[in-house]
Amino acid sequence: MIRKLLCAAGAIGASLCVATAAWAQDAAAAAVPVANPGNNAWMMTSTLLVLMMIVPGLALFYGGLARSKNMLSVMTQVGAVAALTMLVWVMWGYTEAFGDGGNGFISGFGKAFLKGVTPESTAATFTKGVVISEYVFVCFQMTFAAITVALVLGSVVERIKFSAVMVFAVVWLTIVYFPIAHMVWAGNGYFFGLGALDFAGGTVVHINSGVSALVACLILGKRIGYPKEPMMPHSLTLTSVGTGLLWVGWFGFNAGSALEANGSAGLAMVNTFVATASAGIFWMLTERVMGHKSSALGFCSGIVAGLVAVTPAAGNSGPMGAIVLGAVASVICYFAVSKLKPALGYDDALDTFGIHGIGGMVGAIGTGIVYQPMFGGPGDGSVSMGHQLGVQLFTVGATIAIAAVGTAVAIYVAKAVTGLRVSPDVEVEGLDIGEHGERAYN
Amino acid sequence: MKFIIAIIKPFKLDEVREALGAIGVAGMTVSEVKGFGRQKGQTEIYRGAEYSTNMLPKVKLEIAASDALAPQVIEAIQQAASTDSIGDGKIFVLDLASATRIRTGETGDTAL
Repeated sequence: MIRKLLCAAGAIGASLCVATAAWAQDAAAAAVPVANPGNNAWMMTSTLLVLMMIVPGLALFYGGLARSKNMLSVMTQVGAVAALTMLVWVMWGYTEAFGDGGNGFISGFGKAFLKGVTPESTAATFTKGVVISEYVFVCFQMTFAAITVALVLGSVVERIKFSAVMVFAVVWLTIVYFPIAHMVWAGNGYFFGLGALDFAGGTVVHINSGVSALVACLILGKRIGYPKEPMMPHSLTLTSVGTGLLWVGWFGFNAGSALEANGSAGLAMVNTFVATASAGIFWMLTERVMGHKSSALGFCSGIVAGLVAVTPAAGNSGPMGAIVLGAVASVICYFAVSKLKPALGYDDALDTFGIHGIGGMVGAIGTGIVYQPMFGGPGDGSVSMGHQLGVQLFTVGATIAIAAVGTAVAIYVAKAVTGLRVSPDVEVEGLDIGEHGERAYN
Repeated sequence: MKFIIAIIKPFKLDEVREALGAIGVAGMTVSEVKGFGRQKGQTEIYRGAEYSTNMLPKVKLEIAASDALAPQVIEAIQQAASTDSIGDGKIFVLDLASATRIRTGETGDTAL
């Protein structure tokens, strides 16, 4: 059954399915597979690349976009929430997403506290008989959970309490992230069973974090003074440094999602280069067409929009398809952040929804197109484009619904426990002093 | 004695300093300041959000000079800081009541 599912999704399908009962029996019938050191080494490297995306990558990218009085609070929220996720992950996150058994929505809890995971236990890859060490898989997936919840914070920084962030993270991971990760990537996951394509997390990470960010900032409310007072990024230098770290780290994210050091990882790698390059250029071109100067922040925004869009398509597209996907996502995200946000008036402070949410949707839907062999994709043409697009759209819609409802619950829990928002005095003075007792720059 | 305050464009600081050195000005105080005059501000755009800044960065020089040297100081600054365009800045001159060198206690022109 599992192998059939893997075939249906193609060799580059989005499964990160671990040894399910059926697979384990197959494997035991032959010989006990041993993890290949080369694949293990690549996956350990990829895991650390994704960690680098969070600290210092995302912390600098977000921190530079904030005002100087909130620099440390942004960096601390990103770092601390990632650390908390790592602890939650080994306690109940891993088993909820990738444990044995369960149903289409969550796994069983037999691997809570990593029970039964040993240096000898393994996780399946996309190639029959090829496995990686389960501890490596646990760590790789841990970093995905950590960056996703950190991404959500981009919309609520500069006014949310540090304690609220921590409470929100635990609830949100449990009721939103772990179930969606299971549904998209586990062998018995609901979306996976439908044949949804999501190579490295377009739905799980980006649509999920983007929509959650939008809902969270709507409930939290606008920053004092928004949009009348100028709220300029305090250091586009640091944002540029963060952008570079994100791009480099994203190779672990995308090429690592192949789970092996093979040709599929190579395809994901080239796509992560060209889709991103295309998106960076096209954002700046859009600025020129709109009568503005090509800007440094525009370049950084385009780079991240391209990285987001290519995430579900990384191993599911040819390089030329990826270039088009990056360009389209970049232009659409430009209008989302510069026109849609002011028109609707929500205060998505660092544009998590505009770039990760919108870019993720463009990427997830676009993957259904660029996957097709007629556009140079690696699909075998056995699934029609219309059917694939239907599956992609359904997955996107369902992810939006789960993320929106789950985030509302998690934010109201955080509000009940912590009060959610800092006092106006603290907000005006800055969260660095008010929440952490420090200044970024002395 | 005169106390001369000059507001100039930041990139003109080195030229002004050289010109003042050439006529024998021994010291000055320099600050980075912001302000506005007749020059209009700039427009900055971040992800489509436009902010017009009406405060522009300038450099402020403060120089104490003897009555004899003051006209040359004013002329040197005026010529070195000029780009013939709006926003070049201003020079203000005040009468200076006294000056004291802290190390020696000297006062008047000898303290400058």
